[in-house]
Amino acid sequence: MLEIVLISSLKVMVIMAAVLTGCAYATYMERKVVARLQHRVGPTYAGPYGLLQPIADAVKLIFKEDIVPNRVERITWGLAPLVSFVPALLTFIVVPFGADIELFGRQIKMVGSDLNIGILFILAVTSLGVYGIVLAGWSSGSKYSLMGGIRSSAQMISYEVGYGLSIIGVILVANTLSLRELVEQQASVGDWFIWRQPLGFILYLTCAIAETNRLPFDMPEAESELVGGYHTEYSSMRFAMFFMGEYANMLAVSAVGATLFFGGWQGPYLPPVVWFILKVFLFMFFYIWLRATFPRFRYDQLMAFGWKVLFPLALLNTMVTAALVML
Amino acid sequence: MNLDTIIFAISAVVAVFGAVMMIGQRNPVASVLYLIVSLVAQAVLYIQLGALFLGAVLIIVYAGAIMVLFLFVIMLLNLRGREDLGAGSPPVSKVTKFVVAGLFVLELGFVVWSGVFPEAGSTGIQSAASEFGSVEVVAELIFMKYLYPFELASVLLLAAIVGAVVMAGRAAVTETDESDDDDAVKEQTVDEVHG
Repeated sequence: MLEIVLISSLKVMVIMAAVLTGCAYATYMERKVVARLQHRVGPTYAGPYGLLQPIADAVKLIFKEDIVPNRVERITWGLAPLVSFVPALLTFIVVPFGADIELFGRQIKMVGSDLNIGILFILAVTSLGVYGIVLAGWSSGSKYSLMGGIRSSAQMISYEVGYGLSIIGVILVANTLSLRELVEQQASVGDWFIWRQPLGFILYLTCAIAETNRLPFDMPEAESELVGGYHTEYSSMRFAMFFMGEYANMLAVSAVGATLFFGGWQGPYLPPVVWFILKVFLFMFFYIWLRATFPRFRYDQLMAFGWKVLFPLALLNTMVTAALVML
Repeated sequence: MNLDTIIFAISAVVAVFGAVMMIGQRNPVASVLYLIVSLVAQAVLYIQLGALFLGAVLIIVYAGAIMVLFLFVIMLLNLRGREDLGAGSPPVSKVTKFVVAGLFVLELGFVVWSGVFPEAGSTGIQSAASEFGSVEVVAELIFMKYLYPFELASVLLLAAIVGAVVMAGRAAVTETDESDDDDAVKEQTVDEVHG
């Protein structure tokens, strides 16, 4: 009993620490990659190659003044950054990042919690992520924030449908909801689900970008129209919390994408954890690449694209996959 | 007192607390938030019963989709809880609400009573089978045993959605009196319903 609690808390602490570090260095990666793509060099002053830049940023944000505007609804406003950050972290609990290992004579699974409905758990916590943004927009008492919040709720509801449907194809092929079994079924490169679900993968990727509010789908925080969107009224660590939430979300959809379509931690020679991190950061690189390449969609285009293109395609993918599985 | 009991106690109290607070709020957004709290606590209860699938679906469908829609509509209408809630309710409802609430309490009391003191011969409330609420069991119920009722219910929902779109479209047309610009109006209302 005590042993289980101890092992679980240790695992959770390790995973949280890893994800938070990952978030911090995702910002560094984003700045460096975008800089390179735009023929600049990015951060260089803090440490070698600017590697200490995330730490400098964090210290700066902590020491900034925490401004609470007069017109906010206090409790909701204070809760919103947490609500947007925590669900993103929760996703990592069910994502496996390595094979089982023997430690001190005990079998330890390299996953926070091996739920047999892992994928549904991910969908559930992802669907809660929207509240942070909606509540921030509503409780700020500012029209820009409200616009950002409303846009975001409409966008996230629309794209969540496609997101869920794109995963169903994989579930149908694999015939399991457990992420652990999914990874085990993708032992070699030829078994990766991306080959059996190419359309599903493209849909997943597109919807995931919209779900995490990244360019070219970053309507909720389109700074040229909305000042800053839902986080306009936030400053200091509260703002940083939204920022971390966004990066944690990116990491989460990357990790899930790598697990669903690219065989998770499976790979030759290198240790499983390294493969997992490599695959996740490949996804992250793609995200950043997109950001540096594409302009923002117009809002009505975004909604029309979600409902008239992605949604029918996702339905088609589900139907065709189901038919093929039945045959 | 083991871990299960503690988790049950906490989530049960939170679920009831959320439900009560939801009714007591004047601010509609706060009501929605309390309802979400209550739903999440209920999901924990399902999961504790071993019905992982039901718990996850409760969060995905209700907390994740329907409540977001509620919140969205409330924000669009900009309800801030200043509406006078007491006015306009007919005198009949003052009686009926107590009757309905009383019946519900009686019913609840009966269930609890028959669970705590089972009559001789009956076994009282049965604990669910171990497979209860798993993906396979739910799928078999929906897609094998109750396939036609399930499909009928979905057709009913579809009819309701189509009806809402048609009615909203008609209202928009008569308001703006732009029957020649029918397509644009329809498209707009479709977007609103989808949002």
